Amino acid sequence: MSRLAVPKTYKLYIGGKFPRSESGRTYEVTTRSGEFLANAAKASRKDARDAVVAARSAVSGWSGATPYNRGQVLYRIAELLEGRRVQFISEIEQSEGISIEAATAQVDEAIDRWVWYAGWADKYVQVAGNANPVSGPYFNLSVPEPTGVVAIVAPQKSSLLGLVSVVAPALVAGNTVVVIASEALPLSAISLSEVLATSDVPGGVVNILTGSPAEITPWLASHADVNALDLTGAGDLDWIDLEIAAAETLKRVLRPGGGADLAAPSLDRITALTETKTVWHTKSLI
Amino acid sequence: MSFLDYAPAPESTAILSLKNEYGLFINGEFVDGNGTPFATISPATEKKIAMISSANEADVDRAVAAARAAYDNVWSRMSGSDRGKYLFRIARLVQERARELAVAESLDNGKPIKESRDVDVPLVAAWFFYYAGWADKLDHAGVGPNPASLGVAGQIIPWNFPLLMLAWKIAPALAAGNTVVLKPAETTSLTALLFAEILQQADLPAGVVNILTGAGATGSALVNHGDVNKIAFTGSTNVGRGIARAIAGTDKRVTLELGGKAANIVFDDAPIDQAIEGIVNGIFFNQGHVCCAGSRLLVQENIHDEVVDRLKQRLSTLRLGDPLDKNTDIGAVNSAAQLERIRTLSDIGEAEGAERWSPDCVLPSEGFWFAPTIFTNVSTSHRIAREEIFGPVLSVLTFRTPAEAIAKANNTPYGLSAGIWSDKGSRILAVADKLRAGVIWANTFNKFDPASPFGGYKESGYGREGGRHGLGAYLKPAGSVRQVPSAPAADLTTSAAPAELAATEVAAPAATEAATTKKKGTK
Amino acid sequence: MTETTKAVVPRATALEMFDGPVTDANLRRYLEGIPGVDAVGLEQRAAGLGTRSIKTTSKKWALDTIIELIDLTTLEGADTPGKVRSLVAKAITPDASDPSTPRVAAVCVYGDMVPYAVQALGSHHSRGTDSGINVAAVATAFPSGRASLAVKLSDTADAVQSGADEIDMVIDRGAFLAGRYGQVFDEIVAVKEACRRADGTYAHLKVILETGELNTYDNVRRASWLSILAGGDFIKTSTGKVSPAATLPVTLLMLEVVRDWHRLTGEKIGVKPAGGIRTSKDAIKYLVTVAETVGEDWLQPHLFRFGASSLLNDVLLQRQKMTTGHYSGADYVTID
Repeated sequence: MSRLAVPKTYKLYIGGKFPRSESGRTYEVTTRSGEFLANAAKASRKDARDAVVAARSAVSGWSGATPYNRGQVLYRIAELLEGRRVQFISEIEQSEGISIEAATAQVDEAIDRWVWYAGWADKYVQVAGNANPVSGPYFNLSVPEPTGVVAIVAPQKSSLLGLVSVVAPALVAGNTVVVIASEALPLSAISLSEVLATSDVPGGVVNILTGSPAEITPWLASHADVNALDLTGAGDLDWIDLEIAAAETLKRVLRPGGGADLAAPSLDRITALTETKTVWHTKSLI
Repeated sequence: MSFLDYAPAPESTAILSLKNEYGLFINGEFVDGNGTPFATISPATEKKIAMISSANEADVDRAVAAARAAYDNVWSRMSGSDRGKYLFRIARLVQERARELAVAESLDNGKPIKESRDVDVPLVAAWFFYYAGWADKLDHAGVGPNPASLGVAGQIIPWNFPLLMLAWKIAPALAAGNTVVLKPAETTSLTALLFAEILQQADLPAGVVNILTGAGATGSALVNHGDVNKIAFTGSTNVGRGIARAIAGTDKRVTLELGGKAANIVFDDAPIDQAIEGIVNGIFFNQGHVCCAGSRLLVQENIHDEVVDRLKQRLSTLRLGDPLDKNTDIGAVNSAAQLERIRTLSDIGEAEGAERWSPDCVLPSEGFWFAPTIFTNVSTSHRIAREEIFGPVLSVLTFRTPAEAIAKANNTPYGLSAGIWSDKGSRILAVADKLRAGVIWANTFNKFDPASPFGGYKESGYGREGGRHGLGAYLKPAGSVRQVPSAPAADLTTSAAPAELAATEVAAPAATEAATTKKKGTK
Repeated sequence: MTETTKAVVPRATALEMFDGPVTDANLRRYLEGIPGVDAVGLEQRAAGLGTRSIKTTSKKWALDTIIELIDLTTLEGADTPGKVRSLVAKAITPDASDPSTPRVAAVCVYGDMVPYAVQALGSHHSRGTDSGINVAAVATAFPSGRASLAVKLSDTADAVQSGADEIDMVIDRGAFLAGRYGQVFDEIVAVKEACRRADGTYAHLKVILETGELNTYDNVRRASWLSILAGGDFIKTSTGKVSPAATLPVTLLMLEVVRDWHRLTGEKIGVKPAGGIRTSKDAIKYLVTVAETVGEDWLQPHLFRFGASSLLNDVLLQRQKMTTGHYSGADYVTID
């Protein structure tokens, strides 16, 4: 006789906690063939607002951590992902309806990407920054800094790899994140939030919303306390209006990605969410 | 007699030989524009200097087509070292004609000759010299090996540093291999047109740089032109917002260098005499027409009275008057419209309860003038503490602790620049870390250098100009084809609706709203 | 023009400010509490002042003023009575071709040359009045200042007794750099006392900081305060024997101290840049710096001096150019 399984309740991840949507709404997540998998929380604009508040309050701590510390915390996530490898593979296999090999490849690539980004935390400043040889008695240095709160629409056709590919680079510099997971494939996102909750990432640094990107993203795009909008996974949305809304407060906007890998690993993904600060200081012996 | 009433020492205008009218500079020659010509005047006298052509959409088409042809046929195929040689030539020509350019700038803009002569024009030459050397070293620009230029860059510049902003825009664009269509501000076209003559002397291939004069509509047409690959804009945040909206959904790259309301933070251990100079330079340099001006003085409360007292004493030695007089410290406000804005905001400051002070200062009867002004008793909620005045008006606020200074400094939607004055190195570095601004000056202010990136956080814009970063803004990685999916059921790269770009601070919200609606309508 | 300063030693205001004894510790606390100087900003401000363009009537006034502010100086080991007489003659009649040329403020010589200078000046000697030419003597083991206090005091007293109206003393830079501010202070106080004449009046005391040896601007600022607190009537940059001597930034800095002292106490202290100022163009920059820092009031001989020798002839050449409209030549001014 087979054991009766205990199914998981999938919830949002905001400020280090797992609330249901304040709206009380859920939506059905199914396999590709339409079998019921779970009821995921359907985030509302108020959930998005709460997520931005949580993300904002986490900025100073996360961006203020030493790069070495941030690198270790990020690497720790990769360690935990590795520990839950089987769970992720199984979730992806079910929800995406792909082979176990393909699911395994996705999870492995996601973990490796996370490790790759973790290693940038204490290096990207050296590569993207500059000592500037100005013609005068000044010490002059340009360094990239996190832009602040980044709202992200994760790639919609990938459960885990797409999500990791947009969240990890935003975190490297010290930004905090509000990410809208794939609407159809949200389960890995929620499992990732469980990983984050048990890792050393402070609450609020990553906030994960499930639900309708078309419904929530406009609220994030127009939110005055959001500094950047990553539309990598928004290609199917009316993203031009989102970009127009983001212009109201001059948010940094990453336009939707193209090609097979919407967010291939690159240093650019890190620096696109940074601001270059140039500091001048007078220099004199006497 | 009073020695301090130095006898007049006007710079001679004999060095200038101006034409009565100027055309547009398209494809290497001056041509008539299709718009209605307008006069450029000297803001110090309100006298006409010359008639300037106005470019309409057809002229923008012509210029972009010239730039495209020059890009495809000449400039993108030229070796980096040859592009560099052209830029070196331009740098030298600017040096050779430096005095002439300085006089023209002061005449047309109203800024003191000592600034155009000692700051603007030398920096223009330095900018071309710096980027000239980059042209054949693009592999090291930070965008990977063998990077590609973007194509045609549309560049729109403001009236506060006309020639310098031109250099900030054109030098990196050309070094990276792009061609340019540049629109100077309506009130300050003159030096851009003299610069066009320099390009002719340099024998720069036709079409590589095109200069279109005109007002907001000309800029609008340029921003919305389908064959422009990059927009670089310096100006007000409102217009910048309009541009960001206008290019939404296209694959145009954009750099925006917008407004600011910089905090200049003076701690009680500051080198006080230099801090006073820094405050003065921070807000009265170029009549305060500086996006990164230190317009909010945050002074530690325990030295507030002394600082204000010393500041007033120092202001009393500033000399306001003829921009062409070598001893003038404060020149003319650039336009009647700007003067009106400064007056309005200053009156509001007074009405809101701040205390207004100006030194005894006789304003000339003709032209646009505003006496250097200090507001004390200003609180963070006052409009003069929040809005960019873009004039010689300083708001003085106080703080008690470093944390409060940082909080107040960051309490603005802008984030362009900031100043810190203290003798304590560790505090300076820690405060610099926490300020949300793109340029931080410690124990100095308003310093610029071609090697040093400049640009803002938040609503002060995005992208950097100057240094390696400024070059990267005109390059893309090798082989990169932008894969921006077109919006559902619309191809905006060819059918973008025009966004209205007002020439002044007040971008008509209704117009930009309309643009948005139109764009929706195209879907 | 010698001001008969009431003898309060040290300066009464100093005692008030310390509200107690002027000790090494008090001085250290006070001087080291003065805000620092940012060298880059200071030098930029000086350079900015140097770009003022002084033309036509202002220039004419400036040239005459420069002459009136000059301490015409000879401080050579080879100085002789004849050399001093020649210097004095030049001081009295700077430009024989133009009797409207003003006279210099003082002649500045070594102590043993004072009698010759007094004698050569004759009726032109000010002798404590506001008109005429002063005799200034360097003292206190000038230029190094390396002698016992007793020697320095007798050096000073000797010059005063010989008729010097002004004493240019040097501070003990060694003591200053070693942090013995009290010693420097006491020495200035003592020298000031040695400036007292039999009738109770005092010779004017200029305190030479030798800024080239103090090296940093912070030191110059502290030494300026120290010298004023101790009772100096003037603070002077240099002996002229150490390079760099007077510079515009250093002079600006000292003027700022003088301005602050005036803000604090209402007292006016003089400033004397010395050494290295050779051209009218340079000297005009100093006038501008004085006028824009402490005010035009200071452009008077009892508040500002140039310690110079070759400067005078350059000013005379410029003056001739302004009078005649054409450029003059070295043979049209006299060597002294």
